[in-house]
Amino acid sequence: MKPSRFDSTVLTLCFAFLYIPIIILIVYSFNASKLVTVWGGFSLEWYKVIWSNQGLMDAAWVTARVGMLSATLGTILGTLAALTLVRFPRFPGRVPFTGMIYAPLVMPEVITGLSMLLLFVAMNIDRGFWTVTIAHTTFTMCYVAIIVQSRLLTFDRSLEEAAMDLGCPPVKTFFRITLPLIAPAIISGWMLAFTLSLDDLVIASFTTGPGATTLPIKIYSQVRLGVTPEINAICTILIGFVTIGVICASISSKRTELRRIRDEHDAIRAAT
Amino acid sequence: MARSLGPVKRKFSPWTEPHAVPFIRFENITKRYGDFVAVDNLSLDIYEREFFSLLGPSGCGKTTLMRMLAGFEAPTEGRILLQGRDLANTPPYKRPTNMMFQSYALFPHMTVEKNIAFGLEQDGLPKGEISARVDEMLKLVKLEAFAKRKPAQLSGGQRQRVALARSLAKRPKVLLLDEPLGALDRKLREETQFELMDIQHTLGLTFLIVTHDQEEAMTVSDRIAVMDKGVVMQVATPAEIYEAPNTRYVAEFIGDINILECAVVANTGEVLQPGHPPVVRLDSQGVSIAVEQECAAAAGTSVAFAIRPEKVRISLNQPADVHINAVHGEVWDIGYLGDFSVFLVKLVDGRVVRAAQANVLRLVDRPITFGDIVWLTWPLDAGLVLTR
Repeated sequence: MKPSRFDSTVLTLCFAFLYIPIIILIVYSFNASKLVTVWGGFSLEWYKVIWSNQGLMDAAWVTARVGMLSATLGTILGTLAALTLVRFPRFPGRVPFTGMIYAPLVMPEVITGLSMLLLFVAMNIDRGFWTVTIAHTTFTMCYVAIIVQSRLLTFDRSLEEAAMDLGCPPVKTFFRITLPLIAPAIISGWMLAFTLSLDDLVIASFTTGPGATTLPIKIYSQVRLGVTPEINAICTILIGFVTIGVICASISSKRTELRRIRDEHDAIRAAT
Repeated sequence: MARSLGPVKRKFSPWTEPHAVPFIRFENITKRYGDFVAVDNLSLDIYEREFFSLLGPSGCGKTTLMRMLAGFEAPTEGRILLQGRDLANTPPYKRPTNMMFQSYALFPHMTVEKNIAFGLEQDGLPKGEISARVDEMLKLVKLEAFAKRKPAQLSGGQRQRVALARSLAKRPKVLLLDEPLGALDRKLREETQFELMDIQHTLGLTFLIVTHDQEEAMTVSDRIAVMDKGVVMQVATPAEIYEAPNTRYVAEFIGDINILECAVVANTGEVLQPGHPPVVRLDSQGVSIAVEQECAAAAGTSVAFAIRPEKVRISLNQPADVHINAVHGEVWDIGYLGDFSVFLVKLVDGRVVRAAQANVLRLVDRPITFGDIVWLTWPLDAGLVLTR
């Protein structure tokens, strides 16, 4: 069916609304001129500059480490929380526990950040790399818990029972059967946690300290002094990372789909 | 699929031998979930090498009973003994039972081969022995060509056979089958029933099967326990269950049956034919019925007369004796099943009695048709009196 003129107009507007700001940012990252709004010809100058900007590179490295570590810790804790929620329908304190899991999803980040800050101050912990990591672990584990929980809800418990029936003790059953089958959910939980940690500004700015400036904080503080093409370049690199991630994810899900279709064909052929 | 001839079936009835020791014993088992009683003070003995069925509608407690034997549920009260040993403190992964799940529960991330080997690996058997046993199992279920496939690449029937092979690989003392054939189509189901019987015979294992399909239970079992609401109604061989059900519930659950409400007219121990049981005389709204049966029902009590449709004779001619075990009515509906025709005969008082007749002759037009006035008769020993 040929799209009507109305349809194509709406589509164009939507795309424009979503992507024009990003396209402008990318285009101007290749701008030779130092002025952000004036096109001065194509150049890779700013990409070279960021390599030599030690502050920016340090911030990127801190962000990567915080992201990896907090995503990993958050994934472990979130998976355990999800298992608890799904496997133990009744235990004392279940309701508050469930509430705590969901709270950071709806809580304004400012409040989460502030309460973390108060906690660290009260406990007399110096703010820095570890405090940001802990704060990010806390808020990302909730997302992981919810993703893993929804997978576990559709998990066929008889698979675990079958393993135990065949002589496999419970802990081994978890690692041989449950974990491999919920792994896709855990991995996507980790990726979401990493992304959330990567672009968090608010919580990080409350909980970080000297020597542990994350990239979003760095960018924000530089922008306050005026947008430079350098910022555009670093943002373009970030966009590149995210785009590659999204493409990989969609290729892998496409592959899974293709394999499913092939399996179905095999099954039908096997039946006849 | 050609079926190999297993060993010749011998007469097998350990439950009739007074000194036989039961292999599995459920002793006064009760299982409660909150206020709901799933299994109610149930006792049951199962013997070695028996093919035993738990038959009943969904929610009758049959699956719960099986899951308690496998160790996935603990009885609220009572004991389960296997070879005289209480299973209470044995976790499922240490019980000498294996289960074939209704959903098959095949591990989707493992190949057929790996699925079958899983249980053997848990026992720490040497590699060579495991692969020999896996090959043997694949051969048993005729899936040699599919060893490297994943469960998703198999048809429903093949998955069922993988599940069977996996649960048999460890040579369990008892194999538990939870609605094993429920997901298969009719033809495949019938073939598989015979295969199951063959395998059970060849390996000499004890099989406990849970099913709601009475035909399946009748075909495969040595004995059947008919269950209702957590209670065993009757435990007997398929033939006994069919020919001598002990209650209306069992009579109506298994096969097709006519039930006529009756009052006992006389139960005096009068013997009509020498060597036969005494006769109970009943009256069902003017129809006089006589049944040869040992029965404790006193005169005046109300009972049910039950008779299977195939034991009711149908004829256009009036019988010689119209006063006993004979009634006439109008053919109201005919169900043509190919091998059998079932006639629904409406009596004068409005009740409907079913009579089935084997279609022995090749005819397209049957002599008895809609609206005909027919006579239904039955011999003295064809029906039975049910007091419960």
